[in-house]
Amino acid sequence: MSMIDIRNVTKRYGETTVVDDVSMSVEKGTITVIVGTSGSGKSTLIRMINRLVAKSDGEILIDGRNVADVPETELRRNIGYVIQGNGLFPHRTVAQNIATVPQLLGWSKTRIKARVDELLGLFNLDPKAFSLKYPHQLSGGEQQRVGVARALAAEPEVLIMDEPFGALDPVIRGKAQDDLLAIQKQFGTTVILVTHDMDEAFHLANRIAVMRGGKLLQYSMPEKILTEPAHPFVQQLTGTTDRALKRMSLLSLTSSMAPAKVGLDHGLPQSLSLRDALAEMIWQGIDEAAVEDTAKEPVGSISMSQLLELGRKA
Amino acid sequence: MAETLAVRTLDRLGVVLVFAGIAGAGLLPFIYVKANRIASGKPMLLTQLLNQPSAIALTLLLVLTAFAVLFLEDARVRLAISTLCLAALIATMGLVATAFTPEGSTVARMTPGGGFWVLLAVTALVVSDALVKIRLSPWMRIAALALYACLLVLFLRSGLLDSLSIMREYANRGDQFWSEALTHVKLAFGSLAISVLIGLPLGIVCFWVPKLRSALLQGLSLIQTIPSLALFGLLMLPLGYLAAHVPLAAALGVSGIGAAPALIALVLYSLLPVVANTVVGLEGVDPAVRDAASGMGLTRRQILTGIDLPLALPVIVTGIRIVLVQSIGLVTVAALIGGGGFGVFIFQGLGQTAMDLVLLGAVPTVIFAFSSAVILDAVVDSIRGPAA
Repeated sequence: MSMIDIRNVTKRYGETTVVDDVSMSVEKGTITVIVGTSGSGKSTLIRMINRLVAKSDGEILIDGRNVADVPETELRRNIGYVIQGNGLFPHRTVAQNIATVPQLLGWSKTRIKARVDELLGLFNLDPKAFSLKYPHQLSGGEQQRVGVARALAAEPEVLIMDEPFGALDPVIRGKAQDDLLAIQKQFGTTVILVTHDMDEAFHLANRIAVMRGGKLLQYSMPEKILTEPAHPFVQQLTGTTDRALKRMSLLSLTSSMAPAKVGLDHGLPQSLSLRDALAEMIWQGIDEAAVEDTAKEPVGSISMSQLLELGRKA
Repeated sequence: MAETLAVRTLDRLGVVLVFAGIAGAGLLPFIYVKANRIASGKPMLLTQLLNQPSAIALTLLLVLTAFAVLFLEDARVRLAISTLCLAALIATMGLVATAFTPEGSTVARMTPGGGFWVLLAVTALVVSDALVKIRLSPWMRIAALALYACLLVLFLRSGLLDSLSIMREYANRGDQFWSEALTHVKLAFGSLAISVLIGLPLGIVCFWVPKLRSALLQGLSLIQTIPSLALFGLLMLPLGYLAAHVPLAAALGVSGIGAAPALIALVLYSLLPVVANTVVGLEGVDPAVRDAASGMGLTRRQILTGIDLPLALPVIVTGIRIVLVQSIGLVTVAALIGGGGFGVFIFQGLGQTAMDLVLLGAVPTVIFAFSSAVILDAVVDSIRGPAA
């Protein structure tokens, strides 16, 4: 079922067309990542969803409702919004920041407090230690987590994220991405995220949209972006040197493994992607390994030759 | 042994202050002994006063302060010594003045000389430097100001300074002094309140409408370039005309001279700092914060009152501080067109070549402006605190 329907949307500033007749439909409970270089119109496109930018043409529906029919403030209070550099209010505490939208919606104090504590816990921030801190007292990663918690405070069904991890260093960025995946799974939120980082897109996305010059070049599953690029620019964006590895990073070990065998010395956790499994086997210098579940029980096996086969161009 | 002592590395400010103090005390008269208020008087250097016990004590304290400024590391010790020195300076002036006044004379005038003012300024700078080094919290700074104000009141109440020329002038004009003080305060704070009421919305509009911004700010800058005396004069004509031809205006107290033109001129001068600082303060708010706020569904009014204004407040209050200190000074000029205030004594004194009367207007003005600056600086620092 589609949650967000973007139909023939165009945005013009005077003579220049920033978003050019884009149509795409986002499934409920999925993560859609829009990738493109700067000036591709990706930010403008998502800012038209919560009407921070007024569209020139076309229509956008959320859950079947035309966003143009919903009052601006009401619409925005029901859509989570996260931006690069988090945009936390520097003069308000962490708890006050997170409580922003619930307060606008008139929640009771006890309900707001319970929600703030729940979200802080969810993001591994101890409510006692963090509630009363000001944003400048937090590290960059903590600020970013508070920014996402704030966007999720009023339990929105849709979360819009504009380069949310752009300001983080690589290690913290990876952690933030994993947090997002876990929380999206827990709440079932429909996420639409903009980035220029292709690796981030492959890591997070159920579907990837590639934009250039205001046009939507391709909108499909991450695998298809790799194996069937619809445009030379898409291929250029994904790069050609490591597409085998990129493709393998999208495939899980459990979906590709052979039946369990006895007598294998090495075990790999079943949560690994094929790429990580390959890296581990190269590192350990082994040709075949057992695939194990969390209880270390073998559930399958994988060999080097199978892995190489799986990475080959389809 | 000397090496083991914690010796303060000579700081430049300290050296300059000590030299200024020595030069002031050695070259400029400490006191003028005058037969009457317009006589030129006999200048006396501090060194010529060393037959007085109080002058000896003061000299010793001055030497001790100079030593502390140059060699002592601990700001608290320097503060204690220099505060004592400041009190001794004022007390000595009172005692010496009493000693030189002929028994029962009411016409003789004892006027502080350049040497005294230099020493006062230098010692006050040493005190404030020590206070800065101690890094008091904003509210403690206001408390310190109140403490020094109390000391001053104690001195004035004790009668120790009554022989001093400025106090003689005060004794002759006690009631007028307080009514002019009230007028001064009313004009300064009244013009401030009006300029904030007008300037704050103007600043917000300027921020929202960039086209208006440059035109308005240039217009207000132009007003600032008009000399205050000229602006007071220029306002006399239209206001006089208004008072003569519009009965309502006259009934409201508008006239070509007096408080009305003074207030209008002060407001005109005050608008630029208020408007400019409001615009700068609002521009200083991180656009990402405003974007996040509107993306979360805050209304334009909620963003203005909940995000923009609180975040711009320190800069806006800094503008208000500039305006207040500027207005307190400008009000003195308003006396020329009948606006009242401490300027009345200054211009009367100038007219009668009675410098003591000039001081009766100038000294309270300086104290008033200085206290306002300290208090508003503390306010700025305290609101900057949580979001720093």
